[in-house]
Amino acid sequence: MPADAPVLEMRKISKVFPGVRALSGVDFRLFRGEVHAIMGQNGAGKSTLVKVLTGVHKHDAGEILLEGKAIRPDSPFAAQKLGISTVYQEINLCPNLSVAENVLIGRQPMRFGGIHWKELNRKAEEALGRLNVSIDVTQTLSSYSLAIQQMVAIARVLDVSSRILILDEPTSSLDEAEVERLFGLIGRLREQGLAILFITHFLDQTYRISDRITVLQNGLFCGEYRTAELPKLDLIAKMLGKELSEFRYATELAARRKEEAATRRKEEAATARKEAPNLLRARRLGLHGSIAPFDLDLGEGEVLGLAGLLGSGRTEMAKLIFGIDRADQGEVQVRGTQANITSPRAAMMAGMGFCSEDRKNEGVFGELTVRENIILALQVRKGMLKFIPLAKQREIADKLIASLRIKTPSTENEALQLSGGTLQKVMLARWLATNPALLILDEPTRGIDVGAKLEIMELILNLSRQGMGVLFISSEFEEVVRCSDRIAVLKDHSKIGELSGQDLDERKIMRTIAEGG
Amino acid sequence: MPSLRPMTRGKLVWPLAALGCLLLFNFFFTPNFFHMEVKGGHLYGNLIDILKNAAPIMLLAIGLTLVIATHGIDISVGSVVAISAGVVAILLGGDLAGQPRYPMAVAIGAALLVSTAAGVWNGMLVARIGMQPIIATMILFVAGRGIAMVFTNAMVIWLYVKPFAILGQGYLLGLPFSLYVVAALLLLTALVTRRTAIGLFIEAVGINPTAARFSGINAGNVLLAVYTFSGFCAGVSGLIVCSTVMSADGNNAGNLFELDAILAVVLGGTSLNGGKFYLLGSMIGALIIQTLTTTIYAFNVAPEISQVVKALVVYAVSLLQSEKFRARVAAVFASGRVAA
Amino acid sequence: MTRRLLDSRNLSILVILALFLSMFAAGSVAFTNFFSLQNLLNLFIDNAYLLILAVGMTFVIISGGIDLSVGSMLGLATMISASLVEKSHLNPLLVILIVLLNGTVLGFLMGCLIQFFDLPPFIITLAGLYLGRGLCYIVSIDTIAISDTFFESAAHTQIKIIGDAFLSPSAVIALVVVALGAYVLHFTRFGRTVYAVGGNEQSALLMGLPVARTKIAIYALSGFCSALAGVVFTFYTLSGYALDGKGMELDAIATVVIGGTLLTGGVGSAFGTVLGVLVYGTIQVLIVFQGTLNSWWTRIVIGFLVFVFCVLQRVFEARKGATVVRRASPGPVATAGGG
Repeated sequence: MPADAPVLEMRKISKVFPGVRALSGVDFRLFRGEVHAIMGQNGAGKSTLVKVLTGVHKHDAGEILLEGKAIRPDSPFAAQKLGISTVYQEINLCPNLSVAENVLIGRQPMRFGGIHWKELNRKAEEALGRLNVSIDVTQTLSSYSLAIQQMVAIARVLDVSSRILILDEPTSSLDEAEVERLFGLIGRLREQGLAILFITHFLDQTYRISDRITVLQNGLFCGEYRTAELPKLDLIAKMLGKELSEFRYATELAARRKEEAATRRKEEAATARKEAPNLLRARRLGLHGSIAPFDLDLGEGEVLGLAGLLGSGRTEMAKLIFGIDRADQGEVQVRGTQANITSPRAAMMAGMGFCSEDRKNEGVFGELTVRENIILALQVRKGMLKFIPLAKQREIADKLIASLRIKTPSTENEALQLSGGTLQKVMLARWLATNPALLILDEPTRGIDVGAKLEIMELILNLSRQGMGVLFISSEFEEVVRCSDRIAVLKDHSKIGELSGQDLDERKIMRTIAEGG
Repeated sequence: MPSLRPMTRGKLVWPLAALGCLLLFNFFFTPNFFHMEVKGGHLYGNLIDILKNAAPIMLLAIGLTLVIATHGIDISVGSVVAISAGVVAILLGGDLAGQPRYPMAVAIGAALLVSTAAGVWNGMLVARIGMQPIIATMILFVAGRGIAMVFTNAMVIWLYVKPFAILGQGYLLGLPFSLYVVAALLLLTALVTRRTAIGLFIEAVGINPTAARFSGINAGNVLLAVYTFSGFCAGVSGLIVCSTVMSADGNNAGNLFELDAILAVVLGGTSLNGGKFYLLGSMIGALIIQTLTTTIYAFNVAPEISQVVKALVVYAVSLLQSEKFRARVAAVFASGRVAA
Repeated sequence: MTRRLLDSRNLSILVILALFLSMFAAGSVAFTNFFSLQNLLNLFIDNAYLLILAVGMTFVIISGGIDLSVGSMLGLATMISASLVEKSHLNPLLVILIVLLNGTVLGFLMGCLIQFFDLPPFIITLAGLYLGRGLCYIVSIDTIAISDTFFESAAHTQIKIIGDAFLSPSAVIALVVVALGAYVLHFTRFGRTVYAVGGNEQSALLMGLPVARTKIAIYALSGFCSALAGVVFTFYTLSGYALDGKGMELDAIATVVIGGTLLTGGVGSAFGTVLGVLVYGTIQVLIVFQGTLNSWWTRIVIGFLVFVFCVLQRVFEARKGATVVRRASPGPVATAGGG
């Protein structure tokens, strides 16, 4: 059980970056002998808070007290010296060195002016032994699984010194057995009196391992709770920034809107074509370590929303469907025929399109012009030899710029000059130019202004009316509810349910996440 | 008529300015630099020499521009030049009477075939096996010269087949024939890269390989194509080199060409990090290097100095392209202004 | 035990050892007078300069970098030595000191450019190659013959080992350099940091290792080795010639790669490098004994061996990467060479 005074206290911490308020007056307490989880959605400020604590950033206001004394670490080394150790998701070790060396490099025991290897190996074994891990420390780190490598990383930081251990997304790449083992270790460390800060997206794991939870939302401190006293539904609500009471009213409103939209669509569909074979039909599609096997159906003119918390596997699912990742089980049918989607190219040829959530690294070509960014996928589809003449390129680009209301002075601007919202529209334009049958949109409304958000959602509804199938991913449940005909709910890298009809409301989504899985 | 605009974006201002400065310097300080005369129907003069001597590098730079645009590099081009020269010399040979061993077309064809095969080799290593370009092309860098020396049996092979000399030494309409070869290859490349989508694909792969893949581009094929083409260009360059001196020296042909070619491409505006490429810029870059060398010669400074100068230019350009350097310089200026 | 043997690090050493032994054995069978202790020792005598170059290159490549300037820096060292000894008549020991200092400083400067401004090593050292070669010519275009007694005795002294078999002072220097290199790589914190930087520079930084200092020191060390190799080369040729060392950087890189050092960094050993040089030397001797083959075949065979080892390295890498989530159509990301 935690002692009386917290070993770490962060009071009213604020941090501002140009244009964004990352943290506003956040409090955080950590006691010895406890596991404390920080939860929050994207942009909540979790990582910023940790970076302030570990010296990567300097806070603008507030104070940090370590065992009562004010500290202001100005670098990760300074933080380490104070006893604040961090193990990141990407194991920051050297895979080519031996386990023993990874634990002790920089502090190797010396003898007669040279490294004393026998002693080094012995000390490393000791350090790992304290964690109940016994492996051959002379083998290279890379010959061990990621789970073991993680233990070595933990052994290293604890061996250096530690009052506080921060674990940043430690379970993302582990399987169930490995998570069990890690939690066993964390439990032992807790008993030894270590103060542990645990950051994770996995809801269930938080409830398994943590003693207390601090919730952040949009840079604000929402509360600190004992895990045992915070129901899952409440936690989700807080993370999304909603009060439970709000739901009742919002739910009714949403229900009414949904009814109207549903009747409208039913009328249109009745006058439209008859039952066509499903656009997309996935059965037991999965990739070990990425997303559990799932079934998915999508018809023409249908909008299927993927709802889930951050890290629940929505992007992984989308990338699997689009061929960016290669599934290791299951099958996909497009319009009734078996399809072997092994690459984005194959997916595109099968009539799909994909707007990535990571616009900068996976979507935009900064140095190419707006026009080139827009016509690229279409050009690929036509083939290398059938070059689209410049005039035609401009025509296509202009048409899309107009219909999507893309704010750019000309088609010849370089794309890197554009704002986030405009870039998103350019990405959309790129895929719309290929006239896909199925369009996958991963977080198209993230980081753009409200006006543009509404435009995009309108666009999605229009596209579906024209017969396009849309797979829509958004972290805003409200948006998913507004745009989708059906919703697949994801949690902890697997699909746990599907909602349709009357069940299409935010509260139902949150309930499903809280109870399902 | 393909739009020349993609080749002549605003970025060409800088290399043109640099070339202009050099020429201006020579105008003031080098006697008779711009002197040109017509002898026997041919133009002669320093400027013509610059164009002639730059031709082999310009040819290499054409292929290398595309390779660098994909964020790659090809350091084997010098060795491939030697191989190409060796092959054509062996096959052409020619006794003292000037009778070729094989028809000229066959010899030239074989040389180009071998060079292109070398390019395919590089391309396979990078695209299919996934080796880093510097490592992949280093293999031919090492072995290539050995191959050339084995072809020529470590001897300098002399050619006596008069018609072959036209390539490197001949004149057409008053201008050196090699210039027409360069112009032809340049035009062909410009047409192919801008009239088909491959130019766009090359730039896309260089700027953002992930996004390129997500857009359906087959990056492997694009890479294979550019390295193959680079090999071909090196082959053409080897023919010119061989023809200029009517001999093939496996040891010295194409010596240190790779750095000249890389420097030409970089001076011409194409970034070593890949992305937008400027074929005309690379040509101007090659001319800058050659003008530099000629200027040094004209001043009777030891020609070896040109190597030192080239090295210093590479350092200067690298620093200017380095973000850290620019940031530091900006910081120095900023603090200076604040203090003042 | 077998697991240790099959560990990829040791496996590559075993392969190259087997290669060397089989080559030497093949030569002994095919040619009379091939199998002799002196022939083995000659490998060290004739390739002393390469051994020293390769040790420096081993450090650089393990750290994940590359140094293309070593050949021309070797030439520069020979030119400066010859010039100062013959033309300026300076004390030979002083000359050697100056030359070593010069090489170290030039390497240090290149290391600074690479480290402080994030410049790609291959461009900076390739320009260094040009710089060095140009400086060579500036010292003198013609060969400078060395007649100094110190150098002459260094060239001709025979250090008897067993019976009549002997080593030259250069060979002994080279072996000392190898031993020192091996010791530093295995027993010093600096050496282990070199491996760490090559394995994952970002991690090394986060683990608190002195990455910047180490990287610059590596290039300075390579410069030192190039200069020392140049001095040793003058013992061998008793002259300074502007074209000395042309292409040697490739030989150095090749022998290091064949010796089991990964070009991507993080893995390698001095012992492997020695074996690589021995293989290189044996190929040359075999060609000489064969009599009819062009000596340039050495280049081709070495190039081929480099290719084989690089592909094997790549296959190993790919196999290791398979434990992580597989991506469809693995479009290889072409990264700028060496950077």
